[in-house]
Amino acid sequence: MSDRSQSGAGESHGAQGDILLRMKGLRIEGRADEQWLEIVHGVDLTLRRGEVLGLIGESGAGKSTIGLAAMGYARDGCRISGGEIWFDGVDLAKASDATKRKLRGSRIAYVAQSAAAAFNPAHRLIDQYCEAPVLHGVLSRHDAEAAAKDLYARLHLPQPETIGFRYPHQVSGGQLQRMMTAMAMSCRPDLIVFDEPTTALDVTTQIEVMAAIKDIVRQFNTAAIYVTHDLAVVAQMADRIMVMRYGDLVEEGETRAMLDHPKQEYTGQLLAVRELAKEEAKRPEGATPVLAVRNVSAAYGKVPVLFDVSFDVPKKRTVAVVGESGSGKSTTARVITGLLPPSEGHIEFNGEPLPADYRQRPKDHLRRMQMIYQMPDTALNPKQRIRDVIGRPLSFYLGLQGKQKEARIRDLLALIELEPDDYIDRLATELSGGQKQRICIARALAAEPEVILCDEVTSALDQLVAEGILRLLIRLQDEFDLSYMFITHDLATVKAIADEVVVMQNGRVVEAGPKGEMFQPPHHDYTDLLLSSVPEMDPDWLDRLLAERGEQLRDRGI
Amino acid sequence: MATATHNAWKLFKTAPPTAWFGLIVVSIYVIVALLAPFFAPYGETEIVDVAGLGVGDSEKFLLGTDHIGRDVLSRIIYGARNTVGIAFVTTLVTFLIGAVAGLLAAVLGGWVDQILSRIVDTLMAIPPLIFALLILTIVGTSVLNMIIVIAILDSTRVFRLARAVGMNVVVMDYVEVAKLRGEGLWWIIRYEVLPNISAPLAAEFGLRFCFVFLFIASLSFLGLGLQPPTADWGSMVREMSTLITFGLPTPLFPAAAVALLTVSVNFVVDWFLHKTSGLKT
Repeated sequence: MSDRSQSGAGESHGAQGDILLRMKGLRIEGRADEQWLEIVHGVDLTLRRGEVLGLIGESGAGKSTIGLAAMGYARDGCRISGGEIWFDGVDLAKASDATKRKLRGSRIAYVAQSAAAAFNPAHRLIDQYCEAPVLHGVLSRHDAEAAAKDLYARLHLPQPETIGFRYPHQVSGGQLQRMMTAMAMSCRPDLIVFDEPTTALDVTTQIEVMAAIKDIVRQFNTAAIYVTHDLAVVAQMADRIMVMRYGDLVEEGETRAMLDHPKQEYTGQLLAVRELAKEEAKRPEGATPVLAVRNVSAAYGKVPVLFDVSFDVPKKRTVAVVGESGSGKSTTARVITGLLPPSEGHIEFNGEPLPADYRQRPKDHLRRMQMIYQMPDTALNPKQRIRDVIGRPLSFYLGLQGKQKEARIRDLLALIELEPDDYIDRLATELSGGQKQRICIARALAAEPEVILCDEVTSALDQLVAEGILRLLIRLQDEFDLSYMFITHDLATVKAIADEVVVMQNGRVVEAGPKGEMFQPPHHDYTDLLLSSVPEMDPDWLDRLLAERGEQLRDRGI
Repeated sequence: MATATHNAWKLFKTAPPTAWFGLIVVSIYVIVALLAPFFAPYGETEIVDVAGLGVGDSEKFLLGTDHIGRDVLSRIIYGARNTVGIAFVTTLVTFLIGAVAGLLAAVLGGWVDQILSRIVDTLMAIPPLIFALLILTIVGTSVLNMIIVIAILDSTRVFRLARAVGMNVVVMDYVEVAKLRGEGLWWIIRYEVLPNISAPLAAEFGLRFCFVFLFIASLSFLGLGLQPPTADWGSMVREMSTLITFGLPTPLFPAAAVALLTVSVNFVVDWFLHKTSGLKT
């Protein structure tokens, strides 16, 4: 850290092209069941100054582990067991803790997935910003504050002069993630590792953060490793992409070249993941909808969250309810299930009004409406075996016992494409995320329902796994004449599964109609924003979109 | 089943030395308590040394005799049976009351939770030893009364714990699934919540056992616990306390028995807590 100036904008630390980071045969082991297992099997990586490298793969592919290894760091229970990590002449795999501590924060910085969890809630944002530069002796406290305000402005944060004096809980999730980026930039590092920085955000917020990161990395000519599971996101950000799977490198190449001509089948699958689309089925004429939400308003305590919400779920159709977090989608589901009695309006099931509270609904009504949750981890009791999880609704609703019940459990497991003999005696904790979600589906099916409420059922899963779940749901719908109410914030999922779409914002339905119409203009402004915010595989998409939005804003005189 | 024993063995093999020490000592106590007449050289209340020759130490009486000529070793062995046995039963009752009430409060919430929690707050506001002394003076000192009074007073702590850990489980989606399925209260408590909080409850059982056991010893020392001539470590310390002014170590032996058991149980509980909290080594 010799000739690096701290204040200048758009200044580069040497010409682009010098190799900044080189990993050779990197091996990382993790400890499980009292023994070391290799999780990264000899990966090579080179990163030049000012270059953005995308690391992509499913969860468990080792991409975050490699991202952290770029700082010479291994998570608790992991160790770097082999290979070299050369950062500007220092081998981080062998460097002493003191050496690494000097580099971290000042020359290599890290941006975590959950900014909310990574900030200390007890300190003001600007104090946390200033900590690293002051500690590393790069800037005085006074200069660091000035630099922070400058960076906040560059990251398009509102009120850059004062926003730093707020606490982490006083800014939104998207703003917090940009704050985190600002903090990583505080010492003008040569390399920043971004670990899924937008995964926890809504599509509309994701754009702000992506744009801010892209902009700032370019301005300071910082090299970056961008870890994500979303190929469309990485396509916007990265110059070069490395596709990882099971701790091995699958494919590496320039972004454009890889998107146009993937060499490996796995990369092709990742690229095709957003292309699943269901033929839209028209609503049957004159039939009573299975489920009807009629002018429902609801409140948590005294805080109103739903205002006059109405829509239908027709028989054998899928209605997708779309909106960003806080728009009232999940609350609507809670009203329908009877967990939150509405303050006004009611729910109709096959034309009959349902009691508002689930405790007053007859058992048979409860049976005919089942729910699948976003987080399969918390939706399955970790102490129960799969046999009991699926078996309970069978004996509870249908009175099945003994051999009959056993046979039905096996049928259901076969139906969700899990081998009965392998899975029937397992605990929920012994399954992967996708398998857990399949078990949740089987549990819902066991009740022989007419309508299933799916609350973001794929958003906690990897894309390929999520696609498998969606295909399964579509097949089951045909087989058992099911109706789905499908809550999601992901429009690719809507395209894949829905017949009709309901768009919600701030507790109100802003637009509703058949899927085909919804994807065609003209839209409600909000629908338009949602639709245009979904990342596309095209690497120019983000720049183009920002240019368009910029023009629109200028047209309106903003 | 073979795998279950195998797993248990694997678990024990990885136990730290302190846990091993605790396990061995606790097992010895249990065996001694169960087979007291077999180990004890003399009877529980038998006066074997009328002349008082064995006070302090003597060849015939390993730990000497007490102030009225009973063999201290025999009384400590019988005392294990009384003190430990009653403490165990009391702890069981404590958990039955505390866990059931705590889980009801957690699952039902609302006014049930309010009423139960406020009652518990009130009970906890009064120093337990003074409260127990008061009640026992009124209702009379019998073993049954003592068990009931201690169980009710101590169940407040178990209630707090069961309610707190139960709350964490009640908000899980799988409990909501069970509710929406139409399951009854008993099913939700027994099959959805209880299995997920059994680890902290089991650990608390060990700790609570120590407290109950010390509590009984204190009550006995104050003369409101087990009544003479029943051998009990707490009352033995009290009865023989004057001997210490003659420079005799005899009253320290039952006290040491109390201390050793408490330390051992805590070793085991520490290990168990560590194990179930998922911390590595």
